[in-house]
Order: sequence, then C-alpha cells, then structure tokens
Amino acid sequence: MKKFNFKKKSKIGEYIGEKFITLNAYVALIAILLIFIFIFKESLPIFYDEFIQEEASIDKMIFKQSFAEGREPKFSWQPNSDNPRYSLLPLVIGTFKAALIAMLFAVPLGVGGAIYSSQFASKRMREIIKPVIELLSGIPSVVLGFFALLVLATFLQNVFGFTYRLNAINAGIALGLAVIPIIFTISEDALTSVPQSLKDAALALGANPWQVSFTMTLPAAMPGIAAGIVLGFGRAVGETMIVLMASGNAAIVSANLADSIRTFSATIAAELAEVVFGSAHYNVLFFLGTLLFVFTFFINLSGDMILVKLKEKIQGKAS
Amino acid sequence: MTTATKPLTKDNLSEHFKPKTTGNIPRGLTFTAVLIVSAILAVILGNIIWGGYATISYDFLSSPPENGMEGGGIFPAIFGTVALVILMSIAVVPIGVMTAIYLHEYTSPLSKTTRLIRVAINNLAGVPSIVFGLFGLGFFIGFIGGGLDAIFYDSARPIWGQPAIIWASLTLSLLTLPVVIVSTEEALRTIPEDIKNASYALGATKLQTIRKIIIPQALPGILTGAILAVNRGAGEVAPIMFTGAAYYLPYLPTKLNDQFMEMGYHIYVMATQSPDIEKTKPILYGTVLVLLILTFLLNFIAIYMRSKLRRRKVSS
Repeated sequence: MKKFNFKKKSKIGEYIGEKFITLNAYVALIAILLIFIFIFKESLPIFYDEFIQEEASIDKMIFKQSFAEGREPKFSWQPNSDNPRYSLLPLVIGTFKAALIAMLFAVPLGVGGAIYSSQFASKRMREIIKPVIELLSGIPSVVLGFFALLVLATFLQNVFGFTYRLNAINAGIALGLAVIPIIFTISEDALTSVPQSLKDAALALGANPWQVSFTMTLPAAMPGIAAGIVLGFGRAVGETMIVLMASGNAAIVSANLADSIRTFSATIAAELAEVVFGSAHYNVLFFLGTLLFVFTFFINLSGDMILVKLKEKIQGKAS
Repeated sequence: MTTATKPLTKDNLSEHFKPKTTGNIPRGLTFTAVLIVSAILAVILGNIIWGGYATISYDFLSSPPENGMEGGGIFPAIFGTVALVILMSIAVVPIGVMTAIYLHEYTSPLSKTTRLIRVAINNLAGVPSIVFGLFGLGFFIGFIGGGLDAIFYDSARPIWGQPAIIWASLTLSLLTLPVVIVSTEEALRTIPEDIKNASYALGATKLQTIRKIIIPQALPGILTGAILAVNRGAGEVAPIMFTGAAYYLPYLPTKLNDQFMEMGYHIYVMATQSPDIEKTKPILYGTVLVLLILTFLLNFIAIYMRSKLRRRKVSS
C-alpha cells in the first residue's frame, strides 16, 4: 500500500489553486471569443473606412463590377489588378463545389463503412476496419494535398480527359478523404450506441438481424449520422491545404465541375503572405476569414446539438 | 419520431418488419464502401513509400537542403518541427489538463458554465485551421508581439511583432487544446470514485487529492492526449504559414523569436513552387514519407496507450 502523507495546506493556497484551475478552464471559451474579435476587428474598415470602401465594400463584394469604364460588369476576384475587384461569388461557388464533391464522395463511403462495421462485421473484422480509418484520419492534410496534386490529378486527367489538371473534382475527392474519417467515426458511434434492449425486443418479435439493423438501429441512429455529415461538411468547407494544392486556385464563375476553383480558405492562404498590412485587400482577406469562422461555427454548433439531443434520447431510453 | 420509437402492436407489425429478405445486398454494398476506403489508403501509402524509401538515409535526415531544394536533406525542417511541437506541448498540456480537471472535478456536468465551456471546446475543434493562422497573425504577432515591441523596445525593426516560432507554437496550442482536454477527461472518468473518497476521508484537501491521486492516475490519458496533440500539430500547415514558418533558413532556430523550417510547410512549398518538380520529387517524397512515419508512429503509440486505458476501465 502506498502511504498517504498529506500536509495540511493553508486555505489561501487551496483557494488560489482552485481559481487558477478555473481560469485555465476558461481558456477555450476566451480563445473562441478572441478569435472572433481579432479576425472581425481586422475586417471592420470595410464597413466604415471610406478610403477602403473605394476599393472594397460590401456592395462591391456582392454585385457585379466592371473592370474599366464601358466594360461589361462581371463577378470577378482580381485583387492584384490595377483596378482590384473583390467579388465573393467565384469564391463561394468554388468553396461549395469542392465541399459538394467531397460530400458526394465521402458520405456513401463513410456511412456505408460505418453501417458495415457496426452491423455486419465480425469482431475481428472491426479490429481491422477501425485502424484503417484511424490511419486515414492520421494523414496530415498537406500530405493528402500533395498526393492529389502529384498523383490523383494525373490519374483523373488520364481517365476523364479533363482540360484542367487541377479542378473541383480532384480537390473534392482529396477533400473527401479527409472527411470520411469524421463521418465514419460519428456515424459508427451513433449506430453502436443504440441500446441493446431495443434490438432484443425486435429480435424477440421475430425479426432477423438485418431487419433489426435497417428498421430499428438505422432509424434510431439517423440523427447521429446526420450530425456526422454536418460536421464533415464543416470540415470540407474549412479545410485549407488540400484545396490550396489540388484545386488550381482559379476564381471562375461556372457550374462545370471540371473547371479549376478557388475557395475561401485557399484564397486566404495564398494571398495573405503578399498583402500590404492594412490595405483593402488585407481587410477583405480577414473578412473572408470572419465569414468562414461564422459559417463553420454555426455548422459545428448544429452538428453538436444534434449529437447532444441524440445522446439524451438514447440514454433516456436505456434507463 | 422514428419508427423505432413507435409502440409495436399486432396491427403495425408489418410496418416494422417487412417480409423476410436476406441482408446480402446491404451487406455487400456497405462492405464495398470499406473495401474502397481501404484500397485508396493502400494506394496512397504504397505510392508514398514507393516514391520515398530510396531517398531516406542518414544523410537525408541529418543535413540541410542544397541547390534550391534539389539536393541535400531536411534536417532543419525536422528540427523545426520538433522544436515547434515541444513548445506547443509546454503551452497546451497544462492548460488542457487543468480544463479537464475543472470540468470533471469542480463543476457539475449540468451547470451552465460547464455547458458553455463544452460548447466552446467543441467549436474550437471545428474552427478551420486557416482561421487559426489569421488569428495568430492578428492576435499573437500584431497585438501581443507588437504590443511588447511598443512597450519594451525602442527599435525600428520588430523584435517580437514578427513571425516567430513562439507565435506559431502558441497558435497550434489553441488548435490542439480540444484534443488534450478530451483525452484527459476520458482518463479522469476511469478513476474510481472510491480512491478519491478515501483520499478525502484521510483529510486531504481537493488540491492535494488532485495532485497526489487524480493526476498520477490519469497520467496515461494525459500522455495520450499530448501525443495526439503533437501528432495533430506536426501535420498542420495552415496555422503556421503566416505565424513563423519559413521556406529556407541557413540557421536553426535558437531563440523564441526566430523563424523556423517545418516539414509540412516544406512539403507544401516544394510541391507547389518548385521550378523543376521532377528534380525535387525524390526529396519531396522523402519528406512526405518521414512526416508520415512520424505521425503514424505517434498515432500508434496513442492508440496503444488508449486501448490499455480502456481495458483498465472495464476491469475496474
């Protein structure tokens, strides 16, 4: 037995210790607030500074701008030209194109894999599948970007004959690889957390095991799967290195998935290094960051809320 | 309402259980999904190992780059990465552990503060990494670094208000904070209530119990969290791009306000800005392989330690 030898400490030490721990616990909360404040602060001049607004205002970011007098107005992202234009539309399109393809690719594989692993796989099989997914999630995004840039892009171009090597499909698939582990893990958690008592009841009523899976477990776990998809989408929208390396980074307004794209995150990553501190361009990039932060914040919040509700529901049922 | 929550009666039984079918089709389809994911993973790993194994040698790991990245090794990038994650761990592990202890030992899980902090932690985990980069630039470099320069130094050149390893590691520590918290909390949950009660019964104060009972018991979980955080931090590039990473430096970082080279950033720049990709390819693949080996090694250690911890939970 270990000997416990506690010396009595003063109450003040105890008080300070407790307050210090409490203070540390607030770091996460303070960090979230500071992130928002400091990013939003740098984008504020867009809203009030007339000099900055000459170049970039909310109006100019939303509506068409012409390159010069008499030219046809267009949506374009051209921050480095003599007459800089900061239309957000090409970036919005690019971001959602990439996220959409990522989801089309990752949802069937992630959810399918989770259903197999939780419903059909033997225990040994599951012990193979889980590490596979953990390995995939352990690959740094810069490595996925590297792979998409050097290998996947060439492969896809050879197979489908794309005009542009780096395009939305290439970036989307690589992005999907980063999203699959998120969708898989959350869906699998939800599927395995459905209480055994429910399944037993169905089995006792004469259902065969796969009927139990599809009429009982799957519907009960549906909110969890939905949350996995929502959180995966949040990741796909915010992911930077993969799209920066694999998407071609051309801000084009088009519906064609084989065109190059430029996303919010990649725009910030590519342009912030060269930008003049305090210029309109600098403010606009922080504004992009603010939009990205707010968007992913609400996506994550809704995903988490679904999960909390599901947990309460399932635990309530089990008791 | 899902069908699962409807009460089963004789009348709606058929709704719940359609005529018997074998589960072969869904089984086959979902198994295909698993196969595809495994195959893709195998292709990626195979490609990187195939392209990189020939490059890796003692010289490659121990010498600096030469001829504009077309020759030499990646020692400064490895050094920078290790220094970065060590500094990051020093910042993030104590804060993460104390947050977990606060959430688990000091407050009820239903209190408003706990919920608020939990929401913040979950959301911090979902903030895009590039946003952390912007934050690092605006807050650490501009506000803190710039502020230090303005108050303590009278120099035209920035001393702290510039990209530096300290700012990059602090930015990363915020990004990895949720990882440490979640892992430590998991460990705290495995500590039996009896041991804590015994400690209190012997007259120990809360702080003494935390120091002498809770933290030693939770150590494997804390270490797992630290390893996972290092793993995550070593692979992130977007947060350090503007906060301290440099493409090429002739010296190693020795001071907190030095810039540094980093493997992930090295890969990014070599892959996208190399004038002749064919010539840099061997070194590029070698660097990717080294980074992958490092992250997988850390991952395996973390997974192993966590599974050991989980087994303890079952037995207790």
